[in-house]
Amino acid sequence: MQLLISVLEQGFIYAILALGVYITYKILDFPDLSVDSSFPLGAAVTACLITKGVNPYITLPVSFFAGALAGLATGIIHVKFHIRDLLSGIITMTVLYSINLHISGGVANVPIFSNENIFSAFPLADKLGKFNTVFVVFLIAVFAKLLLDAYLKTKSGYLLRAAGDNATVVTSLAKDSGTVKIIGLVIANALVSLSGCVMCNQQRFFDISMGTGTIVIGLASVIIGTNLFKRLTFMKATTAAIIGSVIYKACVAIAISMGLKSMDMKLITGILFLIILVAGQFGGKGKND
Amino acid sequence: MIELKNIYKTYGRGTVNELSLFENFSLSINDGDFISVVGSNGSGKTSMLNMICGSIPIDSGEIIINGTDVNKMKEFRRYRKIGRVYQNPAMGTCPSMTILENMAMADNKGKLFGLTPGTPKKRIPYYKELLSTLGLGLENKLNVLVGQLSGGQRQAMALLMTSMSPIDFLILDEHTAALDPKTAETIMRLTDEIVKEKGLTTIMVTHNLLFSLEYGNRLIMMHEGEAILDISGEEKKNASTDDLLALFNKISLERGN
Repeated sequence: MQLLISVLEQGFIYAILALGVYITYKILDFPDLSVDSSFPLGAAVTACLITKGVNPYITLPVSFFAGALAGLATGIIHVKFHIRDLLSGIITMTVLYSINLHISGGVANVPIFSNENIFSAFPLADKLGKFNTVFVVFLIAVFAKLLLDAYLKTKSGYLLRAAGDNATVVTSLAKDSGTVKIIGLVIANALVSLSGCVMCNQQRFFDISMGTGTIVIGLASVIIGTNLFKRLTFMKATTAAIIGSVIYKACVAIAISMGLKSMDMKLITGILFLIILVAGQFGGKGKND
Repeated sequence: MIELKNIYKTYGRGTVNELSLFENFSLSINDGDFISVVGSNGSGKTSMLNMICGSIPIDSGEIIINGTDVNKMKEFRRYRKIGRVYQNPAMGTCPSMTILENMAMADNKGKLFGLTPGTPKKRIPYYKELLSTLGLGLENKLNVLVGQLSGGQRQAMALLMTSMSPIDFLILDEHTAALDPKTAETIMRLTDEIVKEKGLTTIMVTHNLLFSLEYGNRLIMMHEGEAILDISGEEKKNASTDDLLALFNKISLERGN
């Protein structure tokens, strides 16, 4: 039971990240590596604010906004300076590492165990008991998903989808496809940073290395979700990404419960991702994409 | 009105493949013109369209659209007044969006793409009506992804989408070349209807000599970056494919092939 709750907690936290990665990877076809640093950016901002005694709920919008700035940086580097997508992300990722350390006060690890967080401050915390965390995390993930779904149905959202699908159409509509791409990266990294914020609240510390391999987790979640449910046309891709994230975390948990140590975490992360990619190739056959 | 004045354009400057395509090229496109442009590969037809739309920069000269020098204007801004249909039917539509979503986007061209609903419900009957004019039954497939349509259907949609918003100029870049003869006929007839109905100033690049003679009021033959033939009115009406072919052959002989 405890294992299940922990899987769901982790799964829903990374689901918020998966929503962001869904925008860059699936909609814009942009391999955005800045994710690896915008995730800990959200956590750094959160730890910084919480240690200063700010209301923990303020950490959510502030991290979201901080992530948006990170996305803006990647977008401008790519679109305005004409740097390749992969390199733009790497530049932001590298620069943010130092910025994250500045935000955290120059230390690689900030514990906030004794401070109030979004879970302990939740009004129903006492009633929900051990389900409190998973409930709050679920609320945030679903809220983020519904907001993203609603956005993708607006005119601006249509343009974002068009930019990834066929940028020529965006240009023909007399719109700058570069600007649209930047907007996509802003929203994506804002979500990723929000995910980092919730993670920091949940694990009650910030660690500078917590972002390593985040992009892999995000990609794995999106790919599992969209591949598994691609025949179910009624299911939204955003829902699929959330479920994909939970499944992925479950796989990792199973691997660890089978005797692998936590230091093998990234090993499992990487190998699982490889398995998913390879399996996706076989599963994808016979289906026109 | 579009005016090209003293255009110079060289490809691959400073390399062994340097090709000076346009040298002091000038052309006036009057309001209401429907120009068919023919010419062999590499004669500069598509380059001319790309220069007008801003897809490629010019080395020197002026491009004036409706009295404004657009040389510094970015490509996407020029499309406010220009609609363009490409040779590849995949270029004009978004494959992973539905027919309805594609129509709604085209309908909103020139307006703000903000946070209002992408597909205004009130407009759906209008989109259906427009689609029914194509006679392809697309009005009953509103929620089908455009990627699942055939090339001809997609091209018909691209043409429709281009002409939904108030534009002044229509640029057709061999837009029937990738279609089978029958579909090409249909698309061409549709093009002619739209051009007449909206009074669009049109430039159509084509390899189909019959189309070039049948449609439009003016015909230009390009060769090595020059308009070697520019006929309109009666003169165009009296021209035949044999005349055009004879001219083609003459050019080829001069080039020594």
